[in-house]
Amino acid sequence: MTSTVNPQRTRYLAGLSLFVFILLWHGIASWLATPVLPEPIKVAEVLWSEIYHGDLLHHLGMTLFRLTTSFIIAMILGSALGILLGRTPTIDHFFDNWLIIFLNIPALVTIILCYVWFGLSEVAAILAVVVNKLPNVIVTLREGAKSLDKDLLEMAQSYRLTRKKILTQVIWPQLHPYFMAAARSGIALTWKIVLVVELLGRSDGMGFQLHLFFQLFDVASILAYTIAFITVIQIIEISLLKPLDRYGRRWQR
Amino acid sequence: MTDINLTIEDKKFPHSDRIIAHLELHIPSGEFVCLIGPSGCGKSTLLNLIAGLDKNYQGSITFGTPQQDCRIGYVFQNPRLLPWRTVRENIELVLPLHTPAHTVDELLASMKLTAVQETYPQRLSLGMSRRVALVRAFAINPDILLMDEPFVSLDAPTARKIRKQLITLWDQQQHTVLFVTHDLREAITLADRLIFLSNSPMTIVRDIKITIPRTQRFDDSQIETFRQQLLSEYPDLGPLL
Repeated sequence: MTSTVNPQRTRYLAGLSLFVFILLWHGIASWLATPVLPEPIKVAEVLWSEIYHGDLLHHLGMTLFRLTTSFIIAMILGSALGILLGRTPTIDHFFDNWLIIFLNIPALVTIILCYVWFGLSEVAAILAVVVNKLPNVIVTLREGAKSLDKDLLEMAQSYRLTRKKILTQVIWPQLHPYFMAAARSGIALTWKIVLVVELLGRSDGMGFQLHLFFQLFDVASILAYTIAFITVIQIIEISLLKPLDRYGRRWQR
Repeated sequence: MTDINLTIEDKKFPHSDRIIAHLELHIPSGEFVCLIGPSGCGKSTLLNLIAGLDKNYQGSITFGTPQQDCRIGYVFQNPRLLPWRTVRENIELVLPLHTPAHTVDELLASMKLTAVQETYPQRLSLGMSRRVALVRAFAINPDILLMDEPFVSLDAPTARKIRKQLITLWDQQQHTVLFVTHDLREAITLADRLIFLSNSPMTIVRDIKITIPRTQRFDDSQIETFRQQLLSEYPDLGPLL
């Protein structure tokens, strides 16, 4: 079936598929000739002028700031709690129901509640994103902590390794794949929630801008912002998450 | 180096029968003892109790030196190396801070592992991994060395080679060794003393000194003669092997 994939060929295919996508978009847009579906070239012009003359970079920056802050808090807190639950069955049984409740609260509800209880502030916005992402990280890391290799833990114990060594050299490398899974799915989930948070209660950021363009029916700007954002997220994925993942797996055959 | 005194009245796992009953054993400092018994009789459990991995038993285990100062090297049945650390890092992991690098260098060289010291364990053969596990145990210069069938599933020439290396290392450091095996020839080759154990609940059946001098231990005919003699003298040992 699948023979060995030539990397040059894959790159060529990826480029071709992107080109076909834009061509298709252009074809449909010029055939419909409607302001609600601008042609790609129009969107590119808007993107260019928003970057150089507009506020796109400021809004993009604010969104990225909220994204990274809440992402880092959720990952650190979620990992710590996940490991704790995975290693101590009593606590795990106690909090299991809580987790299920938090996993199932709609994102919109936590966002509204955070704004109602803590006001339309930056802290409330970030808190809302963290609360949305946290249960997800906890559940993933908990699975990792539950499946730790008992043989290696016994080895560490019989050789009397320090707690620090056990955590950093025996436990953490086993959790790394789970952490990466949580991080990669997390970044996709988080930025979508950040946009909603901004739309509902902030006066800058991508979400706020999109809301504004929606009221003006300015589809070209909406698409321009979307493209800018997808590009940034892809850069984060390729330049940060993928290398981290590769580094974590360097020892595997 | 230290001696070991152990008295285990009773050891049970939840939902199972007694594993160990009335087992009393004194091992003088520096002695090489082989534990021989049918598989599943509780030998590994006994080693875990001595290593302090399992504290759930009735009885007492004391060492000549205070418990917390006593260094224990444990060679498990499977090598138990960290796959994400290189051979050298795996050994350095268990060493106290500021251990001179040449300690590790010499041990690696003696087990012919110098060439693979920067390799990750998943790329090693089983025989090599076992040797790394041995080096790791020796590197901490243990007072007590626990070995749980460390050479099982190795081909005969490799096992023989590693046994020789083990004895060479032990000659230099003279740790107190508890070596679990169910290969009687291996036991006679290595040990000062054989302890035969019964099926569970495990208890001591025979305690036999080996009289063959150390210099003739790798002479197969001597080992075979001793084995035959042993089995004809104590016919009750046959079923335990």
